[in-house]
Amino acid sequence: MDNNDKLTLRLFKDKLFKLLIIALAFISVTPLILILIYIAQKGLSVINWEFITNLPKPVGEKGGGILNALVGTIIIVGIASIISIPPGIAAGIYMAEQKESRISSIAKICIEVLQSIPSIVIGIIAYVWIVIPMRGFSALSGGVALAIMMFPLVVRSTEETIKLIPGSLKEAALALGVPYYKAILKIILPAGLSGILTGILVGIARIAGETAPLLFTAFGSPYLSFNIFKPMSSLPLLIFNYATSPYEEWHRIAWGASFVLVIMVLILNIIARVIAKRWKTRF
Amino acid sequence: MDKNHLFKTTILIGALGVIVLLLAIFLSLLIYSMPSLKAFGIKFFLGKDWDPVNKTFGALPFLIGTFLTSFLALLFSMPMSLSISILLGEYLREGVISSTLRSLTELLAGIPSVIYGFWGLFVLIPLVRKLEIAIGAPPIGVGIFTASLILTIMIVPYSASLGREVIELVPHDIKEAAYSLGATRYEVIRHIIIPYARSGILAGILLSLGRAMGETMAVTMLIGNSNYIPKSIFSPGNTMASVIANEFTEATEKLHLSSLIEIGLSLLIITTIVGIIGRYIIKKLSVGERSLG
Repeated sequence: MDNNDKLTLRLFKDKLFKLLIIALAFISVTPLILILIYIAQKGLSVINWEFITNLPKPVGEKGGGILNALVGTIIIVGIASIISIPPGIAAGIYMAEQKESRISSIAKICIEVLQSIPSIVIGIIAYVWIVIPMRGFSALSGGVALAIMMFPLVVRSTEETIKLIPGSLKEAALALGVPYYKAILKIILPAGLSGILTGILVGIARIAGETAPLLFTAFGSPYLSFNIFKPMSSLPLLIFNYATSPYEEWHRIAWGASFVLVIMVLILNIIARVIAKRWKTRF
Repeated sequence: MDKNHLFKTTILIGALGVIVLLLAIFLSLLIYSMPSLKAFGIKFFLGKDWDPVNKTFGALPFLIGTFLTSFLALLFSMPMSLSISILLGEYLREGVISSTLRSLTELLAGIPSVIYGFWGLFVLIPLVRKLEIAIGAPPIGVGIFTASLILTIMIVPYSASLGREVIELVPHDIKEAAYSLGATRYEVIRHIIIPYARSGILAGILLSLGRAMGETMAVTMLIGNSNYIPKSIFSPGNTMASVIANEFTEATEKLHLSSLIEIGLSLLIITTIVGIIGRYIIKKLSVGERSLG
């Protein structure tokens, strides 16, 4: 084989590899696109105003909506946010302010471990901590489970945002005689607000679709309920229960609910990205 | 107490809260696992029988189920995610296709797992059934294989975006050096990019593995929920996560509940170890990059 042939072979290999990569990538992406189209098709045919504002009907009757699950999701996610955001921000401030301290470095490892806990295990924890002492499933226990999932995300985004803010800003405030707590609360936190907010929104988008931690905490309920000490439905729970049921009408409702949930998560992520871009923490 | 002091104490409590939370989680799981730990000891993980009626609990079928599904998913997903990450990280770094694919993978990563399971019930199961008829296996549709397929689809977006990041980390000067010596693009990928990004790709695999092992809903809906050791990859089974999801609300008996919680504790320990190793490799890699630059 002379040199020219060798070169042709190498160039051929190069072309072949490129084609192979493109073909493989295309094959891998196709099922992913199909899933999206499938959800949109099935979901859009179900959704209308009644679907959002009605309660589910018993088996056999046509129609019915997902109002109870929609309200439930908002309440449970609300509980989770109230529980996880304030301590999350406090911990984030400490870890950004006391970078060198031993507590911060231990907390940092703990955050990573917390983030990798499988969601079903967090369900067990909320069961043990809330459901057993209160002797029953409740929206509150579901909220606690989701709060445990959201907490590390809030800590992380707060810590990372505050670390980006230059020390000179805080020093300038302190030099003017502003007390430390005011410098943090009135100068540093507002400066990093967009970063923290983005983290919170991404966290909410993450927990809004969680099913496993709610299976034996919030449990689900066919009624519209506002009592956080009683079982409550949520969109993912409704999808799971209806999807695994044998009734076709319920499958239809589950598709509609899936579409609503995907759109909710999508909107949250888009808002998060807009905030991150528009009010970027720039220094 | 002045306000400064109060503020400092508050944020300190927050940070301590992180540590206390994790300790409390471990301790609670451990305490509630005690009855089962005492009753079965190490035999818990070697026992083949899971029989709530006779109060015998052995977790081996679920350990096998978890490892089988997640390793199969990893095997299926590797060529897929590697090809996407090479395409996005090297061939198409900018442009419409690249940014579309990127938003697509982000969108897919945000879809709740219960919806993947739902889709699997109606699309994957009939397909797997056809395949099973074609190869002469009993056409159940649900099983280890179907669960691995859905896991594959779920981890591809995640591992592909990790892989792309790692490939983009490869410094330009060494790639350019190879090009200037007359290497083709394939040769640069094969001899420069892949070896350089090897440990990062490994880390991505470990992180995806951790995710696949802890994944609950989609697997629960598609694996068939059988408490016996799977005979082939087409037989139904259960993973550690899916058996908890299935039986937890029915477990009225103390030993049954405790055994399920011990499975949860073991799952937590396994995913934690896998996750920590993966993140450690990635951290070491990115720190090394910065010091080079």
